[in-house]
Amino acid sequence: MQRRSLWRRRGTLVLLALCLFLAGCSSALLDPKGQVGAEQRTLILTSFGLMLIVVIPVIAMTLLFGWRYRRSNSGAKYLPDWAHSNAIEAVIWIVPCAIIAVLALLTWKTSHSLDPHKPLESDVEPIEIQAVALDWKWLFIYPEQGVASVNEVAFPVDTPVRFRVSSGSVMNAFFIPHLGSQIYAMAGMDNDVHLIADEMGSYPGRSTNYSGAGFSGMTFEAKVTTPAEFDAWVETVRGASETLTYPEGYEALAEPSESHPVEYFSAISPALYESILKSFHTGGEHEMGGDHQLSSDHADSSDGDNAPNTHQAADSGHDTNNHASQDHAMRSHPTSVEAGG
Amino acid sequence: MFGKLSLESIPYHEPIIMVVAAFMAIGGIALLGALTYYRKWSWLWNEWFTSVDHKKLGIMYFIVALVMLLRGFSDAIMMRTQQAMAAGGAAGYLPPEHYDQIFTAHGVIMIFFVAMPMVIGLMNLVVPLQIGARDVAFPFLNNLSFWLFAVAAILVNISLVVGEFAKTGWLAYAPLSGIEFSPGVGVDYWIWALQISGIGTTLTGINFFVTILKMRTKGMTMFRMPIFTWTSLCANVLIIASFPILTATIALLTLDRYLGMHFFTNDFGGNMMMYVNLIWAWGHPEVYILILPAFGVFSEVISTFARKRLFGYMTMVWATIAITLLSFIVWLHHFFTMGAGANVNAFFGIMTMIIAIPTGVKVFNWLFTMFRGSLELTSPVLWTLGFIITFTLGGMTGVMLAVPAANFVLHNSLFVIAHFHNVIIGGVVFGMMAGLTFWFPKAFGFTLSEKWGKRSFWCWFIGFYVAFMPLYVLAFFGAVRRMQSYANPEWQPWMILAWVGAVIIMMGIACTVIQFWVSIRDRKLNADVTGDPWDGRTLEWSTSSPAPFYNFARLPEVGDIDSFWSQKERSNEELEEAPYTDIHMPRNTVAGPVISFFALIIGFALVWHIWWLAGVGAIGVFVSFMARVFNDDIDYYVSAEEVERIERAHQQRVKNSDPYKPSAEVEGREGKQRYVEVNA
Amino acid sequence: MATDTLHHEGSVVHHEHHDATETKLFGFWVYLMSDLVIFGSLFATYAVLMKGTAGGPTAAEIFELPFVLVETFLLLFSSFTFGMGVLAMNAERLGQVKAWLAITFVLGAAFVGMEIYEFQHLIHEGYGPDKSAFLSSFFTLVGTHGLHVTFGLIWILVMLIQLSTKGLNDMTRPRILCLSLFWHFLDIVWICVFSFVYLMGVL
Repeated sequence: MQRRSLWRRRGTLVLLALCLFLAGCSSALLDPKGQVGAEQRTLILTSFGLMLIVVIPVIAMTLLFGWRYRRSNSGAKYLPDWAHSNAIEAVIWIVPCAIIAVLALLTWKTSHSLDPHKPLESDVEPIEIQAVALDWKWLFIYPEQGVASVNEVAFPVDTPVRFRVSSGSVMNAFFIPHLGSQIYAMAGMDNDVHLIADEMGSYPGRSTNYSGAGFSGMTFEAKVTTPAEFDAWVETVRGASETLTYPEGYEALAEPSESHPVEYFSAISPALYESILKSFHTGGEHEMGGDHQLSSDHADSSDGDNAPNTHQAADSGHDTNNHASQDHAMRSHPTSVEAGG
Repeated sequence: MFGKLSLESIPYHEPIIMVVAAFMAIGGIALLGALTYYRKWSWLWNEWFTSVDHKKLGIMYFIVALVMLLRGFSDAIMMRTQQAMAAGGAAGYLPPEHYDQIFTAHGVIMIFFVAMPMVIGLMNLVVPLQIGARDVAFPFLNNLSFWLFAVAAILVNISLVVGEFAKTGWLAYAPLSGIEFSPGVGVDYWIWALQISGIGTTLTGINFFVTILKMRTKGMTMFRMPIFTWTSLCANVLIIASFPILTATIALLTLDRYLGMHFFTNDFGGNMMMYVNLIWAWGHPEVYILILPAFGVFSEVISTFARKRLFGYMTMVWATIAITLLSFIVWLHHFFTMGAGANVNAFFGIMTMIIAIPTGVKVFNWLFTMFRGSLELTSPVLWTLGFIITFTLGGMTGVMLAVPAANFVLHNSLFVIAHFHNVIIGGVVFGMMAGLTFWFPKAFGFTLSEKWGKRSFWCWFIGFYVAFMPLYVLAFFGAVRRMQSYANPEWQPWMILAWVGAVIIMMGIACTVIQFWVSIRDRKLNADVTGDPWDGRTLEWSTSSPAPFYNFARLPEVGDIDSFWSQKERSNEELEEAPYTDIHMPRNTVAGPVISFFALIIGFALVWHIWWLAGVGAIGVFVSFMARVFNDDIDYYVSAEEVERIERAHQQRVKNSDPYKPSAEVEGREGKQRYVEVNA
Repeated sequence: MATDTLHHEGSVVHHEHHDATETKLFGFWVYLMSDLVIFGSLFATYAVLMKGTAGGPTAAEIFELPFVLVETFLLLFSSFTFGMGVLAMNAERLGQVKAWLAITFVLGAAFVGMEIYEFQHLIHEGYGPDKSAFLSSFFTLVGTHGLHVTFGLIWILVMLIQLSTKGLNDMTRPRILCLSLFWHFLDIVWICVFSFVYLMGVL
């Protein structure tokens, strides 16, 4: 409802834009099915509208000046040495500054409110699904239910879902366009994104970050159902003949395959997701858990290093970690290494 | 003996590649045959390949860039065709293995081997002339830079027929580009091509930075420099500060691949996020290296053809400097979705938007330069107007992408593809086309056909919108980049529309080719005898076209911005005829091409793990470099008599062509008209 | 410069050469700054990866400070001897210039030799650069510096030959000055390596 009132204030420009971008019906981003996606749609349209304040005059002025001051038009004024005007300079600095100031505020606000790591507010108990990108398919692990599936994920409507996202191969990104925010999947890193669906249906999802030959077919189906249907789905999965053991079964599944069919696993090895994460934290003979890395990696990022670029990079990781401890999202998973910049 | 190289490395089974290779071979043989038949080899070697003349190097950069544009564009149209076909379960005509190489090659070629050499070529051609210098600070290095770039381009083309190219995307994100996931030679070609050309680019950056700071003619203070020189200076600062990061990053990836190290691997403590950070710490400044000189071109074009001083010169300069500095603190916006915290994302998002402010100011400055001007709608002006409109739209989508929370759904989608083509085609390509048309007469002594130039513009302009607006729309349907095929048949009409756009752009490129043909054919009719065909404002127009190899017989003195313009205003105020003096010039050198040839050997040998050959190449580089170091005979003097002879001949030509003009050196074509009117 | 310079007025030629030397030095200085960015990237990489030991040894376990301290003093002292060489050049004492350069070469070669020994020792112990990200970044950072010193040594040799065949002239002078910049630059980088990698690794 809040979205709707915001919407009205935007005026005709945005409406026009919506028409231009055509028929919300089949457009995943303009016809979102969840709260996160809806807020992002509003944000996109708002920033679009704000930018039009300067874009439309620029295009108009380009055409107007180009035509009016053409050489063959002897009626127009020609002042070859006129090259400065304090008034014009002031306006051309102040207007962009003002627009960017508004956008900056909006950016600051939405970067926090739509932070993918932030749990969504809801009366319903959230569920956790762990998504692992493999070559070239998605493995979805349901730790509470003790089951897993490939290239199909189901969850109940109006229920916040915390997707913990990692990779068993190269870098990928987890994305269900209708629901909003995507997040990178990286080996040995425990990333997360919180999503919710407010309408039942079946939505396409995929990896958005190119990952090799089978990338195009690295899609999955996100089924949003009633709680009862979700339970039924879980029962179906529990009825499957296959189970997923670690490491043997997992390694067989992780072998590269293209356009992998949907698969269900009725049972999984305990702490499967954590085992996959941990498998990248070792190097040869000495086994070593990721928990050491979690505390030390980031604590030392403020070391006196003078190159600005990676110093920042380390900082960003640092920040993520702070953030993670703030919202307690990471607390129950000491083995995880939070993904940061 | 030959490392990983064997006859199987040649992709016989790929008909497309073999056809292309056959055409390249036929073209190459025809070219070599023609050179031999007309006995042009020694001319080519002595006058061009070994030349240290910045103008000739600029021309060679452009020639290589245009050839590579054809290759890069072929990749583009193949990709568009594939995506127009491969909908709803259809496989299209390119298997992923081939398609992935094509989009990687397209990106690499367009950025490193088309856009960069055009920008650097234009700097070469124009900057020394604009600052009234006889050459760059280090002419030999300039030649070496060009050849390092040229052999890197050759290496990329070798990858087409011997082995494969990278299948990783143009930035070769680790760990996909690591040895575990890309065991083939494709990434190695990418590594060595970029490493070799990157070193050349760094040397160019240093060279032009020193040239602009140290070689300006008398009276040209920093704040009297033409805007193109200013933007080039800033671009070179960016090169010096950012290309070493690329060198280091590629070197680390190389160590991972060749020596089994663990910088960016999944395990053994490697950190792939480090790669992404490093590559974009170079990559973001890189886009400003391309766009800043284009901004400079538009500034020169618009004030010349509006016959009016550039509005807000100081604002332009400071906006350029601001963009230069800001470009180093925005790189994280390329991966907001990596999972950094909200504060970090917000910081980089806001920094990115702040860049829009000086950029927006520049746009308004161009507009107010037209305002109360007398704008001649030549093709460079059309490119400029097209740029302002297109680039502004691209800037808008850029700001939308800079909002992290919006980026979470737009990232990696076709929106990003549409956005950066919007700014790179609208900005860099349009800028280079404008610059090419504008300075072509200075390089060759005749102007390009306006008719075909305008046709080319309209094809590019319309083609761009038809090709890329559908991609914006598709992004909202959830279409992502780098898809070889897609399931949703609803996307197909838009993909076909985009293909039509690509075909229209292809017609634009064809128009440019015809433009060259027609213009060369009619070169006598379009001759630029005065050296000042556009009634120019800056020093490069004060010398003849093409400029003599020493640029200026007498080094000019500058007392103003637009110094040549004001000199013409004061016109007919008699030129004091100081005697000509001897001119100190650098000698041509074989060192550049020879060293680069051995660098090519090293690169090729390392791609294929032919260690002995790499050793041979390394010894070759060392020996040829030492030969250069121990060579004392690197410069000479052009005698005053010789200079006088050349200058007299030029003045004679001017007089013959235009009996009305008393002082041809200071009056352009428009001036001519004015003169006639005044005397009527 | 070439023989045709002979018939030019001395002052003009001198002025031109003075400018050329200045431009060369400035250009070389700019090159050093770009080289510094490479080292900066490597330092940054080391900072991020130094904890990525992956179960392998940590910095404190493998560094031998006294050994590295000797290396450091060799390099510091070689900077001093190069400085003496430049002073001798300004005083037009060719023989002394060559002698100081030769001493610098010996010190630099000793430094590189010790570094090679250290690397070989580590690899022999099983701590090669392919064992962990920490070791990769350590070997690369220190090795890149060592490679620079090696290039410096080759350059010193070249200059010794040129000084013997050509003496001090307008070509060799700016080269000695550039080499001196290079050598001091490497010294400064090494001080950063020593404090940031070795000292902080052990402490």
